[in-house]
Amino acid sequence: MIRFTTLWVLWMLLTGSLQWSELLTGTVIAALITGLSQRLVDSGSQSDLIFTPRSLLSLLRYLRVFALALIQANLDMARRVLSPSLPIDPAVVEVETTLQSTLGKLVLANSITLTPGTLTVDLQQNRLLVHWIDTAVLAGDQQGEAALQLATREIAAGFEQHLKGFLR
Amino acid sequence: MIGLLADLFLLLGGLFLFLGALGLIRMPDVYNRIQAGTKAVTLGTLALLLGVGLHQPTWWPKLLVLAILILVTNPVGSSTLARAFLRSGIEPWKKGGQDG
Repeated sequence: MIRFTTLWVLWMLLTGSLQWSELLTGTVIAALITGLSQRLVDSGSQSDLIFTPRSLLSLLRYLRVFALALIQANLDMARRVLSPSLPIDPAVVEVETTLQSTLGKLVLANSITLTPGTLTVDLQQNRLLVHWIDTAVLAGDQQGEAALQLATREIAAGFEQHLKGFLR
Repeated sequence: MIGLLADLFLLLGGLFLFLGALGLIRMPDVYNRIQAGTKAVTLGTLALLLGVGLHQPTWWPKLLVLAILILVTNPVGSSTLARAFLRSGIEPWKKGGQDG
């Protein structure tokens, strides 16, 4: 049902018309694709999305946090690129997530990639491998568990608290 | 007025895309280059699309689809590239280390 709605909205956006013939064609095609792709996705499992009024609120909050982070990321990158001294101190750190679903982890990983100075490199179970362009916050001497905690708080926590509202 | 605003967004988009290109040249290793590329290109392209949308208001549904497509695929592509580089054994550049 979610897939059908998504496909139908996509059709609407692409045609950009409200004529009956267009709407009908869109409905038929969306239904057809939904039926044909049934085999390709595992329909047995529970949906990754949570539908409640509060989850909608979480989604909106997440989008706001994300938009701000995206703009900040660009200004930050612009500053680094333009500074003659190239102020970077990169390293690969690990980040922990409590999100269980594949979709949840995907959204988190993508959010991390698009935000200031961080790039998701790999995902293993509940650990994300993140390339961090400025690890000055880690102060060099923190290793192992302490570094994991700090990196998780700095990089992922801001998104995760909102994502948990509408994703498993 | 709207036209001026649209031009401003187009200019802003171009500026960010330029900075992204500059970042590709200035950064020391592949991971940092991906970072510069990903971020500047995302906001730059979004600003461009916004500018185009203000010039041609009837195009906005298609521009919205484009924006979502870019927001979803760009980070996936970057992450996949970075993972491929890490798995093929390319060490990330470290401050104060050897030149990469």
